[in-house]
Amino acid sequence: MTDFSVIGKPIAMIDAAGKTTGAGKYTDDLSVPGMLVGRILHSPYPHARIKRIDTSRAEKLEGVVAVAIGKDAPNTYGILPVGHDEHALALDKVRYVGDNVACVAAVDEATADRALELIDVEYEVLPAYFDPEESMKAETDLIHDNKPHNLEKDYHHVFGDPDKGFAEADCVAEARFVAGEVTHAAMEPHSTLASFEIDSQTGKPGRLIVWSSTQVPYYLQHKLSLVLDVPMAQIRVIKPLVGGGFGGKSEVIPLEIIAAIAARKARAPVKITYTREEVFWAHRGRPRTLIDLKTGVKRDGSITAVKARVMQDGGAYCSYGVVTILYSGALLGALYDIPNIQYDGYRVLTNKPACGAMRGHGTVNVRFAFESQLDELAARINLDPAEIRRRNLLKAPCVTVNGLRVQSYGLPECIEKTIERSGWRDRKGKLGKGRGLGIACSHYVSGAANSIIRSDMPHSTVNIKIDRDGGVVVYTGASEIGQGSDTMTAQIAAETLGCSLGRIRIVAADTDLTPIDIGSYSSRVTFMAGNATLRAAVEVKKQIASAAARKMGCTADDLVFRDDLVVRKKLAGESHAATLVSAAVPSEASVSERVEGQILRGSLQQKRKDEGPKDSMSFEEAVVAAIDFHGTLTGTGSYAPPAEARGGKHKGGGVGPSPAYSYSAQVAEVSVDEGTGEVTVHKVWAAHDCGRALNPVSVEGQIIGSVWMGMGQALTEEMVWKDGMLMNPGLLEYRSPSSVESPEVEPIIVESIDPEGPFGAKECSEGSLAATIPAIANAIFDAVGVRMHESPFTPERVLAALRAKKNAKPINLTDGVDPTNPARFREHGGSLWFKGKGPERHALDPSRLAAPLEAGGDD
Amino acid sequence: MKKELIELRVNGRAYELALEPCTLLLDALRLDLQLTGSKRGCDDSSCGSCTVQVDGIPMLSCTMLAASCEGQEITTIEGVCEHGSLAAIQKAYGDWGGAQCGFCTPGFIMTVKHLLRANPDPTDAEIRGALSGNLCRCTGYNQMYQAIKAAIVAEQKGVARASSPAR
Ligand code: FES
Ligand code: FES
Repeated sequence: MTDFSVIGKPIAMIDAAGKTTGAGKYTDDLSVPGMLVGRILHSPYPHARIKRIDTSRAEKLEGVVAVAIGKDAPNTYGILPVGHDEHALALDKVRYVGDNVACVAAVDEATADRALELIDVEYEVLPAYFDPEESMKAETDLIHDNKPHNLEKDYHHVFGDPDKGFAEADCVAEARFVAGEVTHAAMEPHSTLASFEIDSQTGKPGRLIVWSSTQVPYYLQHKLSLVLDVPMAQIRVIKPLVGGGFGGKSEVIPLEIIAAIAARKARAPVKITYTREEVFWAHRGRPRTLIDLKTGVKRDGSITAVKARVMQDGGAYCSYGVVTILYSGALLGALYDIPNIQYDGYRVLTNKPACGAMRGHGTVNVRFAFESQLDELAARINLDPAEIRRRNLLKAPCVTVNGLRVQSYGLPECIEKTIERSGWRDRKGKLGKGRGLGIACSHYVSGAANSIIRSDMPHSTVNIKIDRDGGVVVYTGASEIGQGSDTMTAQIAAETLGCSLGRIRIVAADTDLTPIDIGSYSSRVTFMAGNATLRAAVEVKKQIASAAARKMGCTADDLVFRDDLVVRKKLAGESHAATLVSAAVPSEASVSERVEGQILRGSLQQKRKDEGPKDSMSFEEAVVAAIDFHGTLTGTGSYAPPAEARGGKHKGGGVGPSPAYSYSAQVAEVSVDEGTGEVTVHKVWAAHDCGRALNPVSVEGQIIGSVWMGMGQALTEEMVWKDGMLMNPGLLEYRSPSSVESPEVEPIIVESIDPEGPFGAKECSEGSLAATIPAIANAIFDAVGVRMHESPFTPERVLAALRAKKNAKPINLTDGVDPTNPARFREHGGSLWFKGKGPERHALDPSRLAAPLEAGGDD
Repeated sequence: MKKELIELRVNGRAYELALEPCTLLLDALRLDLQLTGSKRGCDDSSCGSCTVQVDGIPMLSCTMLAASCEGQEITTIEGVCEHGSLAAIQKAYGDWGGAQCGFCTPGFIMTVKHLLRANPDPTDAEIRGALSGNLCRCTGYNQMYQAIKAAIVAEQKGVARASSPAR
């Protein structure tokens, strides 16, 4: 069954040419006649009541068509059904610097910008909360009135008997780890174009058409319907090319709804594209996380118990927060065999932009803490760090103590391959002063087994239509965001139907045309939309087979579909081999070659027909036969995770279960400059169990991209806050690594062939990220003997750790920085938005107190 | 601001545009000429997504005035295809995974085209150095290096189609 003709071969993505020629259209590249430009007025205060908004001066400006405010669409929404706490435009209160207050729709950007300055807003400034531990003490001036102590949600889980587990341990480690806040910073800033069609019957504005940079058209359609009070059937969401998501476009971002509100008010199409700075304020990234972790092991290295108390600084709105905090606990399981787990998770509200889902959702920061602590325990019991991981493997297939079903489990092979390729056994501890190796593992879900919208609907549905021309059109709601979703779909359809890739057309992510799919996040597309595609293709294939079998005078079971031919099985051996030569690698042939090939095959067929009884048919002939016989040729497939994979019944048990988990093991080689604290990553060996690599180039690209993003979080990337002001809202100041700062990554594909994945495939886009951070931390320990407890491992933190080892005083670079004039952080002198000057503050604002409270980003 | 007539030469064609003197080259390309291949990824000249070539030199079109390019030859990503087919570097970027979401890709290709013209056989370090002005959030850059090397080989062989990655 390993003899595939389309999958498993490295191919260019089917939309690659559009991307390399500039012809492909992203949302901001689109325009429609009469289109206006929208710009958003943001709150300058972290927490304030809106007393009055006067838009009259702005409305009078020549070129301004409409100014929308909260009253224009007062319904609340949120990505989670339990978290409907947002207004597209603030109604009575703003909750972070950057919250959305009003939107101007004007003829051009310059006019819209000028109009923003003419909007008068009177605020009553309220005390604000920036640190989660402080925020939880709040009694008054709550961020949301229905959330006492600014606590969004807390969970307390106990599995097994942790106390007994710790009592059995020979060695226990306990420490606090802190992971800094990071954001997706996808290269494409969010963009939405909204336009109303005029209804022919009523003559009034009717259906809403929205083009948006979204990972989930269906969720956008749903939330637009909720906020605008328009039935979902009256809304069409189209996803053009998306310039990266990483979770940042997996929920509905305010501009997506604001554009529609503004279009409705302006009675004209409106496009809004965020500036890079606005993208940082819109955020929804990975929260700053405090992890108090305790782990016990026996002398032989086996883990007896784990206790984690996790606090996430969630920002001002719920967003995906409830899911994030649950993932942090749930995915303590399913990597190693841990018999006893205690988890206490707190998602706390603060007056900063909301955090949401980001690549490796919820699992990354806890994994950093866990893998670091495991490394420390290995050192204490004198065990090789790779070996301690080997001694805690699951005995898959199994169900973990917290109810996660694990089937395929490639972790042992990942560990083996990564230590082999990195030369771990020979090189570990022998690289000389200041240079070291570190190992860590991670895992991730192949899609959530339970959808965030509780219902029994399938998670993915795919339709296939084949017409007499032999062209195969696949309709899928899955969203291509650069990860290769469309290519994966085409490959699975082509492989199943035995036709060349060139026949497949993908129609994707358009709510009018494509069936519902819950989108591209939590690495669900290959597993779920892939399975749906496979099922749809199998259904169509059955119809073709039954018609072809009649023509050939055999049974459908006797037929083999391959390389654009339908061949009788016993003949398949010989004639197949012969035809294969002429049909050589159809996927890579240029268009002209393909057409030639078809004509060639057509004439070959013609000759055969003349010669006598059919032992094979071309794909076109078989398709025509099937349409003649059945009338139409369409098929539908859907996928819903099986009941056994849906997890435990405990409160919050719905998050974490997945039909399959990917596994990753990595070794990082770093050097540390003890004089400056600077860490250089030289190379990362990353083995990833993706079930089966449907397109190895894409799988390797996803592994490298994940490792790279993990390295960014490990070394440089961090949102630095000072009293609710973001100090670094630009790509350089946020320090997204460039080519010179990026290591070589050696991806190693491990294929465990999952029993339920399409052709055995699982996820490959997220699972590798989490291991990189602890692998680097552990390598730093190997290099210079300091254990990093706070990420990113910036020179100042590494230096502080080195100094602490020698009992010297740490240096804090944010000490004494005035957040309203943060010249030390931005070359431009602070936020562009305030022209280098921050806003005035409430008298009770922490930044105005004599001894300012330490905010996020300090240590 | 009053508009002025400006003549821009883009991808070998001359265009006469009425633009405000403060119009950025990127806006003139994207909004006035509908050449949307060049992207805007930032506010502060940090990402390189907007890279075009002006008289063969890669420049950030978000940071120059359209008016300052009068009389110069501007090449955008739309001018890179050869005879309606992919140039070797474009094909190689597709084959080797150098483009994932593709948003950064036009900028990178404009930078790489210049690198390979100036230095047809760059070392690894030279490639890294040349690309460091462009940011990508998807690829981790590794597969771009492979693509660039494949494009060099393809160019040397004189075939427009780079060989596909072998497993
Ligand atoms: S748009 Fe980012 S550098 Fe020009
Ligand atoms: S391919 Fe997405 S940013 Fe480079």
